[in-house]
Amino acid sequence: MEWLERNVPKLVLAPSFVAILIFVYGFIAWTAWISLTKSRLMPKYEIDGFGQFERLFAAPRWDVAMNNLFIFGGLFIVISMVIGLLLAIFLDQKIRAEGVLRTVYLYPMALSLIVTGTAWKWILNPGLGIQETVRGWGFESFTFDWLIKPEMAIYTVVLAAVWQASGFVMALFLAGLRSVDTEIIRAAQVDGIPNHRIYSAIIIPTMAPIFLSAFIVLAHLAIKAFDLVIALTNGGPGYSTDLPATYMYAMAFSRGDLGQAASSAMVMMGVIFAIVVPYLYSELRPRRDH
Amino acid sequence: MKSVLAASTAVMLAAPAMAEPQAEVLHWWTSGGEAKSVAVLQEQFGAEGGTWTDMPVAGGGGDAAMTALRARVLAGNAPTAVQLKGPAIQEWYEETGLADIGAVAEENGWADVLPEQIAEHMKCEGEWCAAPVNVHRVNWIWGNKQILDEHGIEMPTTWDEFNAAAEKLQAAGVTPLAHGGQSWQDATVFEAVVLGLGGPEFFQQALVDLDPEALTSDTMKQAFDEMRTIRGYVDDNFSGRDWNLATAMVMNGEAAFQIMGDWAKGEFLAAGKEPGTDFVCAPTPGEGFLYNVDSFAFFEVDGQDKQDGQALLAKLIMGPDFQKTFNLNKGSIPARTDVALDEFDDCAMQSNKDMNEDAADGSLLPSYAHGMALRGAPAGAITDVVTAHFNSDMSSEDAVQQLADAVANAM
Repeated sequence: MEWLERNVPKLVLAPSFVAILIFVYGFIAWTAWISLTKSRLMPKYEIDGFGQFERLFAAPRWDVAMNNLFIFGGLFIVISMVIGLLLAIFLDQKIRAEGVLRTVYLYPMALSLIVTGTAWKWILNPGLGIQETVRGWGFESFTFDWLIKPEMAIYTVVLAAVWQASGFVMALFLAGLRSVDTEIIRAAQVDGIPNHRIYSAIIIPTMAPIFLSAFIVLAHLAIKAFDLVIALTNGGPGYSTDLPATYMYAMAFSRGDLGQAASSAMVMMGVIFAIVVPYLYSELRPRRDH
Repeated sequence: MKSVLAASTAVMLAAPAMAEPQAEVLHWWTSGGEAKSVAVLQEQFGAEGGTWTDMPVAGGGGDAAMTALRARVLAGNAPTAVQLKGPAIQEWYEETGLADIGAVAEENGWADVLPEQIAEHMKCEGEWCAAPVNVHRVNWIWGNKQILDEHGIEMPTTWDEFNAAAEKLQAAGVTPLAHGGQSWQDATVFEAVVLGLGGPEFFQQALVDLDPEALTSDTMKQAFDEMRTIRGYVDDNFSGRDWNLATAMVMNGEAAFQIMGDWAKGEFLAAGKEPGTDFVCAPTPGEGFLYNVDSFAFFEVDGQDKQDGQALLAKLIMGPDFQKTFNLNKGSIPARTDVALDEFDDCAMQSNKDMNEDAADGSLLPSYAHGMALRGAPAGAITDVVTAHFNSDMSSEDAVQQLADAVANAM
C-alpha cells in the first residue's frame, strides 16, 4: 500500500512517458536512420552514408526552401512582435470597449491556417481581390500582384501569417503589460517621466520573459508552417514559395523519395534545435537568485 | 459492435468455404465520372459472383492512395488490386514483388489486342503483372470554335502557327491560352512542346532515356524558348488555377485554347458542349501521341479466394464490355484496339486512329508529366526546372543546364 502510494505518480506517468519515448524520440531516430539510406518508395535499412544530404544540398529547390524559411521566419517573427506590441500598448490606454477590440484582434488565431490561406488567396488574386477592386474604383494602373510574382510571393505568405498571429502576440504582451507592478509606474508618473519613457525604460524591459515566449511560439510556428503555404500558393508560382516542410512532403508523398524527405527532416530538426536549445539552456539552468 | 464482429467473423468463416472470388480494390477514382466508371467494374465483379471491397482514397492526385498503399504493404497486408500506373508498377515490383497474372493474359490473348508499347508497361521482367484500363491522350489542344471562327483561325499544326494565332488573338483582346499555374500543368504543356519541336525520337532520348546530350541540346533550348513565349499568352490570374477552371474559360469564351489531356473533354461534354460545333480538339502541333494509361496492379496475396478475385478482376478489366462502358464514362479510349467505337465521339475516334498509327511507326510515347515515362524522383526533378523556368525570367541556357543537373542529382 505504501509502495503504491509512493509510486502512483510514476505509474500514471509511465504510459505517456513510454509513448513519447517511442513516438517522438523513436521516430526521430528512425528518420535519422532512413536519411542515411538509399530509401525510395519503401524504407530500406542498409546504411549508405551521407549521399542523401549531398543530393539535398545540390538541389536548387532546397536552397529556395531554406531561403524562404529565413525570409519568412525573420519577417514573420519581427513584424508580428512589433504589431502585437503596438496593439497591446494602444489597448493598454484604458480605452472603452477594450474587451470587444481584444476579441476582434485575437479572432484570426481561432481560424484554421487553411481558411486564412484560402481567404488571402482570393483577396490577393489580381483578378478577384484588392487589385481588381481598386481598379474598379477608377485607378486603372493600380497593381498589386505579389501572389503571381515568384520573387514577391513569399511576402504574401508573411502577410497572411502576420495577420493570423499578431493578435495572439498582442494578447501575450497585454498580459505582460498588465503584470507590471503599477506601483513602479505610478512612482514614475509622479516623478514626471513622459509616457514613452515609462514604456521604453520600465515596462518593456520587465517584460523580457514575455518576448522570449513570444519568440519561441512564433519561431516554431514559422518552422512548421505548412498548411498556410499549401492553401495560399501551394508552393508556387513554380516552387518559389516552397518551405522545408512542403519540400519534405513533396519528396515523401508525391515523389516516392523517402531518403530525401528524411534528410530534409533532419536538417529542419537541426534548425529547430538551434533555436530551442539555447532557450532550454537559459530556462533550465539553476537560477542564482539571492 | 458485437453484431459487426459477428458479421465479420461470419464472412471470414464463410468465404474460404465457398471460395468465392474476393477483391479489395485500392483506387482514387472518387470524382463524379470516375466513381461512375469504377462502379461499372464493381457491378460486373458482383455479377460474376465476387465480393468487392471498395477502398477509395481521395486526394492529391493519388498521393494519398499511395501513402495508404505503403502503410498496408509495410503492415504485410497488401490490397488485392491497386490502381498503379507507368514505371511505378515496376518500382513496386522491385520493392515487394507483384502477382503474376500471365495465365489470364494468355487465355484472353492480351498480347494481340494491346499496342506493344502499352503492353510493355504491364509487364514485370517479361511477366504480366498489371491490367490496363484506358488510354488518355495527353497532347491535345482544345479550342473554342466560335472564337476561332470569328478571327479566322485554324487549329495550329506547327508551333509557329500557334504563336501566330496567339498573337492575333492577343491583339484582338482575347486571352490566347487558358492555363493553370500548377507544376503538373506547366509540365503537360512542356512535354507537348518538346514533342512538337523535337519530334518523337528526340522526346524519347530526352524525356524517357534522359540522355544528357539531348537534355542540353539546342532543341531543348528552343523548347524552353517556346515555353517563354507561351508564358506571354496566358492571363495574369493563372497562378494556382485548377485545370477544369481553365477548361471552363475555353468553354465560356474567355480564352481560345487549352493544352490538356482528354480528361478536359469530359468537362466539355458534361457542360453539354458538342465536339466540332462548340469546341474543337486537335493533337498539339507536331507528330506523335503521348499516352497516360491507367492500370491495376496485383499484389501477391495468400488465399485461393483472393487469387481467384485477382484473376477475375484482371479478366473483367480487360474485357471489351468493361473497356467500352468505362471509357465512355471517363472520356478516354479503350486500351484494347479491338473495341467497336461507334458510341464514342469524334475526338475519341481520332485518338484511337492516331494511337494505332503511331504505335506502328514508333511515335506512340509515354507521357512524362503524368508519370508514364519516368519514376517519381527524376520526373519530379524535371518538373521543378520546368515550372521554375516558366514562372520566372530564367534564361533557356540556364534552364537546360539546371535540367541536366537536376536529372543527374535525382538518379
